Amino acid sequence: MRVTVDTGVCVGAGMCALTVPAVFDQSEEEGLVVVLRSEVPAGLEQAVRRALTLCPSGALAAV
Amino acid sequence: MTYPMSRQRRLDPPDELFDDPAPVRPLTFADGHVGWLVRGHAAGRAVLSDPRFSTEPDLQHPLVASRHLPKGRVPPGFFLRMDAPDHTRYRRLLTGHFTVRRMNQLQPRIEEIAATCLDDMERAGPPADLVRDFALPIPSLVICELLGVPYEDRENFQNESARLLRLDSSPGEMESAVDDLVKYFYTLIARKRVEPANDLLTGLIGGGELEDDEIAGMGFLLLVAGHETTANMLALGTFALLEHPEQLALVRDDPAVIDNAVEELLRYLSIIHVGPTRTAVEDVVIEGTTIRAGECVALSIPAANRDPSRFADPCALDVRQPAGSHLSFGHGIHQCLGQQLARIEMRVAYPALLRRFPSLRLAVPAEEVPMRADMSIYGVHSLRVTW
Ligand code: HEM
Ligand code: HEM
Ligand code: SF4
Repeated sequence: MRVTVDTGVCVGAGMCALTVPAVFDQSEEEGLVVVLRSEVPAGLEQAVRRALTLCPSGALAAV
Repeated sequence: MTYPMSRQRRLDPPDELFDDPAPVRPLTFADGHVGWLVRGHAAGRAVLSDPRFSTEPDLQHPLVASRHLPKGRVPPGFFLRMDAPDHTRYRRLLTGHFTVRRMNQLQPRIEEIAATCLDDMERAGPPADLVRDFALPIPSLVICELLGVPYEDRENFQNESARLLRLDSSPGEMESAVDDLVKYFYTLIARKRVEPANDLLTGLIGGGELEDDEIAGMGFLLLVAGHETTANMLALGTFALLEHPEQLALVRDDPAVIDNAVEELLRYLSIIHVGPTRTAVEDVVIEGTTIRAGECVALSIPAANRDPSRFADPCALDVRQPAGSHLSFGHGIHQCLGQQLARIEMRVAYPALLRRFPSLRLAVPAEEVPMRADMSIYGVHSLRVTW
């Protein structure tokens, strides 16, 4: 599973970083989503799927 | 129907919300406008994340007759009631200050503030009013320090914000509360220009991108949103736990449950219990119902949070039931900016209180606890406790 993000629509709510801190962070300045590993480590797929549904802005996608 | 407001039980939303399972149903607003009540979880998410719904105050219809700020009276910078791209511009200037990481760094300071409140309560001895002595001071002090608002001024802004949030305030009273708060921030901004400090207001002034009236509107939104909400969660949450002793014992004794317990309390209590509203700017179909341009929809967060198609046991308070997908912080571009701060405040405060006073109990019968049915943020007006 690979994740992609769209910082153009991200509203910095932090649900991604709260839910899967090993994959998502927020930038220091703007608080927008930062991907730490775009290739999701085995075992974290379910948590990443959860973050995708929790994200309020639709900024996250996975293929 | 009109927006259901009367509760049969203190901790449950009005039964009327649940007598028809339709996720979207017709609703008459206080000015006679016929729009929609959205009570399903999926439908609520759909409305809140759809840019064809506007949050502009002048397009909304009131749910409660008296609460209608005159047109054009929302202060500049008050981005809670703006659509993109104006909203984006203001919110982006703040998101960096409210990240998960920044909020985690505040944890030791929040622990210290909570401990000081508890020390004072212990010294004064029982009984105490948990609202006055614990639930209100913690988030007020935290947001004051973050923004750079002198805590000594709290009597002023706590009165103004109560006036703003009272459901029976007249438009004139709301207008004057807004004016007073904005004026207060003007004075504060002038002072910060002379004496800059390491706080959010100084940062916004120094950024140079904003006029003073915009900074005042943002500061006032953060101050009101930052203390009233968490304060009500802390007090109402404690009341709910005292009414569910087995759940209270879990929160007190098992550090592993606190993160989910906070989500479950947010879901179960749904303190934003009137709206929010949005108005369609073009025709939109939500779960098979066509909402025409110009029609206003009112969400019920309490109903969405007890949608049986989303939550296994929606009417139970069960701190072990996965509750993370609640709508208590909203959804879409306006989803609560301060939610990671609110989470940390609650994760720190509930266990600290329950561990300091393991025998905490109500000092009055539960039926006599004064509920905030008259306020736009639900909770308790006071909570007399002893230990
Ligand atoms: C900070 C100052 C605030 C002001 C000046 C303000 C102003 C208003 C006004 C004028 C209304 C009535 C709308 C109408 O019926 O025409 C309203 C309703 C409402 N407000 Fe606020 N509000 C403030 C803070 C907040 C905050 C922080 C929240 C959320 C956490 C909030 C959530 C709501 C909700 C849910 C409603 C009810 C439905 C709606 O019209 O959206 N308000 N507010
Ligand atoms: C448990 C406590 C809290 C609850 C239940 C809560 C709830 C909400 C809700 C439901 C909204 C969205 C309103 C809408 O869509 O119309 C909102 C927005 C907001 N909240 Fe909170 N809130 C809480 C704590 C806080 C705190 C501590 C802050 C302080 C910084 C804060 C600041 C804001 C701001 C600035 C917005 C507007 C965001 C925007 O329009 O982009 N809230 N809150
Ligand atoms: S959850 Fe969505 S909106 Fe929030 S920071 Fe992550 S990507 Fe951005």
